[in-house]
Amino acid sequence: MVIEKTQVKKRIMETLQSVKDPEIPSISVVELGMIHDVHIEENEAKVMAKPTFLGCPALDIIQRSIENAVMKVEGVDQVTVTYIYDPPWTTDLISAEGKEKLKEYGIAPPPANHVPGEPWKIDCPYCGSTYTTMENIFGPTACRSIVYCRSCKNPFEAMKPVANL
Amino acid sequence: MTFESIDDLKSNPEALKACKALLYQLADDDFLIAYRGSEWLGLAPHIEEDVAFSSINQDTMGHAVMYYQLLEDLGEGKADDLSHLRTPQEFRNAIILECKNGEGSYLEKPDYDWAFAVVRNLFYDHAKTIRLQSLKDSSYSPLSHIARKVIGEEYYHLMHWEMWFKQLMNSTPEARVKMEQAIEKVWDDFGGVLTLGPEGEKMSEFGLISEEDVLTNRWMEKIEPLFKEVDYQIDRNPELKQGNGRKGEHTEDLSQALDILSEVYRTDPAAAW
Repeated sequence: MVIEKTQVKKRIMETLQSVKDPEIPSISVVELGMIHDVHIEENEAKVMAKPTFLGCPALDIIQRSIENAVMKVEGVDQVTVTYIYDPPWTTDLISAEGKEKLKEYGIAPPPANHVPGEPWKIDCPYCGSTYTTMENIFGPTACRSIVYCRSCKNPFEAMKPVANL
Repeated sequence: MTFESIDDLKSNPEALKACKALLYQLADDDFLIAYRGSEWLGLAPHIEEDVAFSSINQDTMGHAVMYYQLLEDLGEGKADDLSHLRTPQEFRNAIILECKNGEGSYLEKPDYDWAFAVVRNLFYDHAKTIRLQSLKDSSYSPLSHIARKVIGEEYYHLMHWEMWFKQLMNSTPEARVKMEQAIEKVWDDFGGVLTLGPEGEKMSEFGLISEEDVLTNRWMEKIEPLFKEVDYQIDRNPELKQGNGRKGEHTEDLSQALDILSEVYRTDPAAAW
């Protein structure tokens, strides 16, 4: 029984790799560090997820996508997805793989262990140059800023570092 | 004393009452300033600011939702109903946050005051950050968790308004005059943000948030060096000239805001939004 639980949980985590952020379709909710934990009780899966930004309109869509995906996992009849806030989501929860996938989508990943108040070094995701300038710390979505690369002349986006303050 | 769960809090009716009063203030403050901010969409000084301000308002509206959700969890009714169906007298936001952005309306001849927007948001974000710092240690655990989350987002808002404030205060003589007028105007009513209202003492007694005086002093400690940096001084304390929103006192501007905000929701409250 214990083994089976572990297996179901493993299958759920694998399935969640297919659930992408609708606003950044290259990265999964697992790679984003949004999945805090999964509990299995009988045939019910309880997914505890961490919201990235509270006003993010994608949160409801992500919640539904997680539910729909987990429902298809063998051994699961019921799914509840709860957003939790403790400990809060920070950009340090994004996996190394996730950071690579952000780059593929043209988004510079947030720096690790960022100290709030200090400038953050943003390399161009296209050419790798550090010769970039911040155009607007607020971008098209709550989690992104707009940056310009002076080397390859591309505008691009960077994910804002969010630390546990 | 700590209240780890909803049931913990409910077992103490006095603390429950104080906590609800606090949550209404937090929710309504964020809700109204986010709404007034959203009215700037398409009207901000330049397109990059339009993007930035919209993002800030979206975050802030998200924060309000969290507080309304905490109220819903405490049995106050649906979060959407709390934000859209209460009467103006039931709102507990500070009056300065409900004030219109300037002359005219969004659709007809909006002659909005950017200096007012900058000053109001900066002062508010300082007060909000100070409150959040205190709320991180709130005796009501669900509230402290939300505060920890919100503060990471709030950090960027504060930085944004400080930049605008310093640049405009040190800009042209015209900008300086407009900024000083805006400071005076916001100062007249900013006491409304700083007060915790009639339930304030109970809130701190139960460890939900720090004492009003402590929070106010911390705010002054943030504002004074800022004024000094831009060579400005004011020799009076923030006032409550138009009344105390924490007691349900409001202006016509709140009714106007709520009429527009809830127009769609009221057409069919039974619909699934």
